[in-house]
Amino acid sequence: MNFYYRIQAIFYKELMQLKRDRMTFGMVVMIPLIQLLLFGFAINTNVRYIPVGLVDQSQTALSRILVQTVSATQVVSFKSQYATVPEAEQAIARQEVRAVLIIPEDVSQRLVRHGTVGLATPPATDEETSRPIAQWLTDGSDTMVASSIKSLRNMPLAELLSKPANRSIPTFEVTLLYNPEQRTVVNIVPGLVAVILTMTMIMFTSAAIVREREHGNLELLINTPLKSIELMLGKIIPYIFIGLIQVSLILCLGYFIFHVPLNGSLAALAAITLLFIAASLVLGLVISTIAKSQLQSMQMTVFVLLPSILLSGFMFPYEGMPKVAQSIAEALPATHFMRLIRGVVLRDVDISSMSFDLIWLAVFTVLGLMVAAFRFKKRLD
Amino acid sequence: MSIATRDTNELVIRSRGMAKNFGSVKAVQNLDLDIERGKIYGFLGPNGCGKTTSIRMLTGLLTPSEGQVDVLGMRLPEQASKLRYHIGYMTQVFSMYRDLTVRENLSFVAKIYGIHGTAQSTRIDELLQLYNLEELANHFAGLMSGGQRQRLALAAAVLHKPQLLFLDEPTSAVDPESRRDFWEKLFDLSEAGTTILVSTHYMDEAERCHALAILEHGIKRADGSPQALMEEMNAHVVELQSDNNRQVKQALISHPEVISAAQLGTRLRVLVDKTIEQPDTWLQNQLPSEDYRSLKRVRPSLEDVFVTCTGKGQG
Repeated sequence: MNFYYRIQAIFYKELMQLKRDRMTFGMVVMIPLIQLLLFGFAINTNVRYIPVGLVDQSQTALSRILVQTVSATQVVSFKSQYATVPEAEQAIARQEVRAVLIIPEDVSQRLVRHGTVGLATPPATDEETSRPIAQWLTDGSDTMVASSIKSLRNMPLAELLSKPANRSIPTFEVTLLYNPEQRTVVNIVPGLVAVILTMTMIMFTSAAIVREREHGNLELLINTPLKSIELMLGKIIPYIFIGLIQVSLILCLGYFIFHVPLNGSLAALAAITLLFIAASLVLGLVISTIAKSQLQSMQMTVFVLLPSILLSGFMFPYEGMPKVAQSIAEALPATHFMRLIRGVVLRDVDISSMSFDLIWLAVFTVLGLMVAAFRFKKRLD
Repeated sequence: MSIATRDTNELVIRSRGMAKNFGSVKAVQNLDLDIERGKIYGFLGPNGCGKTTSIRMLTGLLTPSEGQVDVLGMRLPEQASKLRYHIGYMTQVFSMYRDLTVRENLSFVAKIYGIHGTAQSTRIDELLQLYNLEELANHFAGLMSGGQRQRLALAAAVLHKPQLLFLDEPTSAVDPESRRDFWEKLFDLSEAGTTILVSTHYMDEAERCHALAILEHGIKRADGSPQALMEEMNAHVVELQSDNNRQVKQALISHPEVISAAQLGTRLRVLVDKTIEQPDTWLQNQLPSEDYRSLKRVRPSLEDVFVTCTGKGQG
């Protein structure tokens, strides 16, 4: 019974302190709100309107139509024209433009011989084979920009000559499930739940014990019959509610503003979210028992947060990462939750089929709690 | 009274050879303590003399490097968690929550000790009244004065009615009047049977204790009631009036028999080793008569005891 009362005492104290800490309390709502709007609107892996330049060596009506056709794809936006190729290269170096389209003098000849235009097989001799009609000079350092430009390589040119395109039958038919419109935000919103929870949950508890130590309250606590595990549980329970508020906020806003559907059941969502919140809070507690000051706890939080954003599959596909990075990602609770929440929210997956991630989070929580309680000694030596 | 004839049940704290080393630093060495029930016992000593370390060992917060410690019949550090229900500890630094009100702080502590419901509210009301905190019940602890914080900390330390109370420099941040009131409360507690161990570097405060230990560099230099310590002091105290105290002082302290010479306004308080039987005559012989106007022996104070058993006096 006293076990319950002592946890309750810590629980109420934490709530009371949180209620009075206006800034932190505000952040509980503002972090998910601002980040969701920011990331929801800003992150877009379908790159559009890349600023590009033009070197038109042919100066014909055809070259102008070609430029317009390319513009119509909305992938690029022509910003300026350059007289020579070296001039254009300098413009790329200055980052004035990200790529330059070089239209050669003989663009008309190239076009008529081009495979995508003529219906007949173009003559191919040693000297004269079908050649590309123009060249893209691209800043390849940003791979995402580069692949967008590369996607233009095979753009149809039928409209250019008001002729039907010489389209070959695709080898594969691709059916896009769950996100047929290919909207980035559909993948971002559930992922953001993982990122925001990682950030706020670890941050709240990583400062929890250190703050008590810095304010001198720890000496009061360790002199009482309060047990380590009671202190740990009392510290994390209030934040479970905070985490649930944040998840609800993100998913509701995601639904109403970005039309991200919740395909799975609420019960499954609640179950996986609770598990992840508990795992993150416990990770924060462990940090708190290691850190000697609030600054240190903050540094350690960022240390966990960055790989949770970059390696968890939130930004880049997990499968594309090298083995070592995948192993690091596997150690982070965010990676497991990322799979689970995308599964539940987007694909209505039966969570029992993802039991590895569930069990991993549960084991992480229990072990973490034990480590935190063990590390928090009720002694000063 | 010797330890052998004393009923050991009467002893609330008993330590033998208690020591604590932090690396190569010997914070406390070979400390023997016998503290009786219902007494106010003081640790007197300068900062860094091992007062806080000793208290922490006696509360089970630090594990002694050597020695045997029994508090309330419990062996430390093995039974430290059991001991916590029976002791109260007021830390040197204010350790209540600054962003909680007085009542919330007390309620928090009560819940931790398993006091709830009407028992809790009755006890808190009783403490608020006893420690003049009624009007401050809804004030934030962080916004209160030093004296008010001290009363809150004491109220929290005694909330669960501990048999033994540890107070670590409790009055270092309060004015003299608050300090006087505070000691009245301590005597009330002592009267009711609570044993109190208080550490201090104030002489007047130490003088109020039933018994005290003088600590220096982690070593106990003297132990006993303030009265006994003053009577048994190893020096005579002579006060002389002089116009050029600084020079007289310089002249006196060069004698090995002079333990110390402290200036108090126009007076010079001189401690002379007890091996000199007639200190006033001896001093008259050492000083030319024009150097002083009057010279007389006075009663020793606790500060004199402190000076004689620490530093040069201890030699």
